[in-house]
Parts: sequence; C-alpha cells; structure tokens
Amino acid sequence: MGEVLVLVEQAAGTVKKVTTELLTAAAAIGEPVAVWIGPGYTDQAGAVLGSYGAGTVVVADGPGVAEALVAPAAEALAALVAQRSPSAVLVASTADGKEAAGRLAVRTQSGIITDAVEIAADATCTQSVFGGSTVVHSRVTKGTPIITVRPNAVEAMATGGGLPARVDLDVSLSEAGRKATITGRAVAVAGGRPDLAEASIVVSGGRGVGGPEGFGVIEALADSLGAAVGASRAATDAGWYPHQYQVGQTGKTVSPQLYVAAGISGAIQHRAGMQTSKTIVAINKDAEAPIFELADYGVVGDLFSVVPQLTEEVNKRKG
Amino acid sequence: MKIAVCVKQVPDTWAEKRLRESDRRLDRESADGVLNELDEYAVEEALRLVEAHGGEVTIVSMGPERAAESVRKALSMGADAAIHVSDDGLAGSDALATSLVLARALDGRDFDVVIFGSESTDARMSVVPAMVAERLGWAMLTFAQKVDVDGTTVAIERAGDGETVSVRASMPVVLSVVEKINEPRYPSFKGIMAAKKKPVESLDIASLGLDAAAVGASGAWSEVADFAARPAKAAGTVVTDEGDGGAQVASYLVEQKLI
Ligand SMILES: Cc1cc2nc3c(=O)[nH]c(=O)nc-3n(C[C@H](O)[C@H](O)[C@H](O)COP(=O)(O)OP(=O)(O)OC[C@H]3O[C@@H](n4cnc5c(N)ncnc54)[C@H](O)[C@@H]3O)c2cc1C
Ligand SMILES: Nc1ncnc2c1ncn2[C@@H]1O[C@H](COP(=O)(O)O)[C@@H](O)[C@H]1O
Repeated sequence: MGEVLVLVEQAAGTVKKVTTELLTAAAAIGEPVAVWIGPGYTDQAGAVLGSYGAGTVVVADGPGVAEALVAPAAEALAALVAQRSPSAVLVASTADGKEAAGRLAVRTQSGIITDAVEIAADATCTQSVFGGSTVVHSRVTKGTPIITVRPNAVEAMATGGGLPARVDLDVSLSEAGRKATITGRAVAVAGGRPDLAEASIVVSGGRGVGGPEGFGVIEALADSLGAAVGASRAATDAGWYPHQYQVGQTGKTVSPQLYVAAGISGAIQHRAGMQTSKTIVAINKDAEAPIFELADYGVVGDLFSVVPQLTEEVNKRKG
Repeated sequence: MKIAVCVKQVPDTWAEKRLRESDRRLDRESADGVLNELDEYAVEEALRLVEAHGGEVTIVSMGPERAAESVRKALSMGADAAIHVSDDGLAGSDALATSLVLARALDGRDFDVVIFGSESTDARMSVVPAMVAERLGWAMLTFAQKVDVDGTTVAIERAGDGETVSVRASMPVVLSVVEKINEPRYPSFKGIMAAKKKPVESLDIASLGLDAAAVGASGAWSEVADFAARPAKAAGTVVTDEGDGGAQVASYLVEQKLI
C-alpha cells in the first residue's frame, strides 16, 4: 500500500473534523500523510492528526504562502506527488478544497473525482449524484487519483497513533501562484454552535419562520439538540439569517444524522444540499409541500407550536 | 475591458436526470436543455462590469449543436458575441478535457477577465474554472460574492467557511461568481431580436488545433464503473398536529435513538 496525501483543513490552528474523516478514509487505502499548508502547525494539531492515523505530517510553508489564496496548497501537493508518488490525494469537498483539487489535477495530469462519499481499497469511489437519486461507482484511470471527499460522509475513527513524524517542505510559489493575494479577512461569529457542514444534527428554518425573530425558535431547538442552524435561501436572501448558513445547491451541502426542516417547502435547489441526510424531519403547515416527499417523519402544522414543544420535550429528556 | 463568460447548457433543473445504460453518461436528450442557471449570474456580472467600465462581452460555450439555444439566451441578455465549440468528438469529455478546450478557445484573444458560474447543475464539480485558470496561468478569484474593478485591478469578496475573505489580483483574471452576487436580468424582446443577428463563431477540435485523443470519451481521465438508482426510501410517516406534534416528533427521535 502506498502513501495517501491528505490536505489538512484547519481553523486558527485547530484541525477540522473533516480532516479526521479524510485520514480515516486514507488509512483504509494506504498510509495517510497529512499535508499542512502555511504557518501555525503545533504538536497539539499533530497529536490530532496522529491519532487519526497520520504517520507523517508534511509542513509546507514559504514566503507568500499565508497571503496567497489556495494556490500554495495546489503547488505543495503537486511537489509532493512528484516527490513521494502517492497512490492517491484526498481533499475535502469545500470551496477551497475543490479549487486546490482542480488545479492539482491539471498540474499533475491526473484524473479527479469530486464529492466521494466512500472510497474502496482500490480507490474506486462511491458518489451520490442527481440529488441523491443515483449511486455511482467511479475511478480515476490516469495519473494519481485526486479525490474530493464530502464532509460527514466517512465516520472518523481514532487509531490511537502518536505524534506523526514531521517533514518540512519549502514552498517557493510560482509567479502564477502569487497573483491572487488576500487583502483582508472578516471572521463571521460562529456563535458557539457546531460547524454547519460538519454537524451531526442540523435544524433549518425557511420562509415559514416569518422573519429574523422567528429564528429564535429554530435556534432554541438547535441548542437543545446540540445542533447547527441552517436556513433556506428564501430566509437568507430576506436577510433573516446570515448567508453562510444557507443550505442547498448554492449554499452548504450537509449530510447529518438528523436534519430538521421547519417552514421550508423543499425546492429542488434546497434538496440538493440536504437530501443525503440520514434522517429527515419536516414541519410545515402545507400538507402538499414537497419536503414531505423526503421526510422520514413529517408534521403538518404550525412550526411556532410544534418546534417549541419539541424543544421542551428534548430538554425534559436531558433532565 | 474584454470579458468572456463561459456558459454550459444543462438539462432543465426540474427534469429527472438519468445515466444511460449504454455508455454510463448523462442522458441529455431526454430533457430540455437550458442555460445553467448559475451561469446567468456570470453573464449578468459581465454585463454590469461593461456597463460601468466599457468594453464587450463574449459568451464561450462547449456543447452539442443544441447548446446554440443557450448561447442565444446569453446573447439575448445583452452579450455582444459568442464562441461555440461543438464537435461529436467532444462527447464524453470530463472536466479536464472541458477545461483544455475552453482554455484553448480563450487563449490569445486578449480577454482581461473570464467569468464562470460557481458550478454546473448537472456535473456539480465546481472545478472547471480552477482548471482553466491553471492552464492559462492566470490569477484566479473563485466564488466571488462581490466584484470591484479599478483600472486593471480586480478585487473580490469571497464567502469562505466562517469568514469572508477579500482577494485581489491584476488582469487578466479568471473569476467564478456565486448566486448572491446579483439578480440576473430577463432578456427583453429587443434583446431576443438583436441576439439573432449577433456573431457566433463556430469552432471544433481541428480548428482549435487539439489532439482528438486528448478530449471526448477517449481522453477521459476517469470512468464510471457502474451505477444504480438509490434504493427507494421507505415512505415516511406524516402526521397532522393536533396539539401534540412536537411531542410526537420527540417520541420518533427517541425510537430512532437520535435523542
Ligand atoms: C440558482 C438558484 C440557486 C438556489 N440555491 C438555493 C439554495 O442553495 N438553498 C435554498 O434553500 N434555496 C435555493 N434556491 C431557492 C429555491 O428555489 C427556493 O426558492 C427556496 O429554497 C425556498 O425557500 P423556503 O422553502 O424557505 O421558502 P418557500 O418556498 O416560500 O416555503 C416556505 C414554506 O414554509 C411553510 N410555512 C409558512 N409558515 C409556516 C408556519 N408558521 N409553520 C409551518 N410552516 C410554515 C409554507 O407552507 C412553505 O411550504 C435557489 C434558487 C436558484 C434559482
Ligand atoms: N461545456 C462547458 N462550456 C462552457 N463552460 C463550461 C462548460 N462546463 C463547465 N463550464 C463552466 O464551468 C463552471 C463550473 O462547471 P463544473 O466544474 O462542471 O461544475 C460552469 O458554471 C460554467 O461556467
């Protein structure tokens, strides 16, 4: 079994959950090598990477890396593909991940598969396409397989490994890689809830919540369940809830254990982002709403009475 | 400013999409083809940029004959001209081949900005823009929710995970835009009539000087081994709230061991 490179996603030095999932997927098909881009690597981060199976971590840094957008990841990975001849490269299916993977495929002349939900030992990928209606098995036939993996699709499993061996890679960015520079970052307040793409429970509100205040009942249910809050585009477009919480084709794709949709009709673009959730609960006062076609459990009723009652029941059970 | 917008014809958003048994490719004939709705935002942004700064907009599309309808739609929104790459040998192209064709069609035409939609609603890969930028060796600003042009500098705001990032680059640049950026206009009657007379340049594999083996099904870098319809989900339970709807959901969640 060869090495499998895993591009690390981190926020302020903390390894994201999706990276632990990728390491687990990598361990099933080879020896995971974590690739950390830029400054900020610590033993603490290393301990997390090691405990999910990374025997080696490559820390790739150099002048301009922190200021450049995505390009350094693609360039570092391309250099590592040439140096280490891995049997595959795994990247998270996020905005940055897809850009890095696309560039890498061109650079290394390799085939690419996006949004894998499972990877078999021979690197054949399972994809769920057309809004989850079709399951496809596909594989890369030329070059080093470059695979983007959907967050929450693979269950992360700790291996109990220790601190990975550290290898440093000096990145000297190409002229093209330096062209796009980051001039500012505005961090959105996370509000103490789990990350939307990574949460195991998501509670979403739509136009049916009626206004920004209406999201109070959605947030209360989310907090009782330890869930992330999501929203339909109708709700984010109206300014009732921030855009980064939009679920759907042009928002986040989520695949939690439980998805609760309240006051959401279930338009095709919304479904595209939540259809593969394991269990779907819908609350809508219109019995004809298409969301009920997807729901494992649906309540036809007013969300302003159903949701608070559910919250109370959940809180009661927690004691 | 010379702007190109890459647009794709895709099966109607609401149509059921299927893979063909014979070649495991998307059955495009069975559904109406429409302009990828996410590319309408790219066309709109290009039109707004030339309205503010002057210049012209060229639509670039790779697709079969019938994709000409979607090219016309983009022209009827107000673009000036189009390049349509069509060739039977392109059928079955994957993202790598598509990006090769688009990059070749764009290269050497002095475009300052090339704009893409954030993803095609059929393939949903979101990688073609990055691949084209990589091939052209241009700066790339992807997933823009706001674009500002000042002289030859392009600045965008990009919605990332939990943060908004401002990024800047000098022309020429490749941009991809998300749907939050604008509200695409509907073609006017005048626009539809004018589109019929706008120039559309037709290109194929030979006129682009491409190796036929590098594109289409033979040039694919990945393959679909097999596919199956997802096993139909058992129909769910739907109850009407009689005052205990919330409690009923709670019992269901307990049963499912979700709480
Ligand atoms: C290019 C494009 C991209 C898009 N991307 C996305 C996307 O990423 N995500 C997304 O969500 N949408 C997206 N959309 C929009 C999508 O088409 C729908 O317009 C949107 O999902 C509708 O949101 P909604 O269900 O909240 O609103 P509506 O369709 O208006 O539904 C509101 C529902 O709330 C119910 N309701 C009202 N009051 C109550 C109450 N008191 N109690 C219970 N139920 C109540 C109503 O019966 C109704 O079913 C996109 C559209 C386009 C064109
Ligand atoms: N055949 C094509 N012709 C022109 N543009 C395309 C084509 N395929 C993809 N694109 C562009 O690339 C974007 C992303 O496509 P994808 O990577 O397939 O999700 C689309 O929104 C289009 O702007």
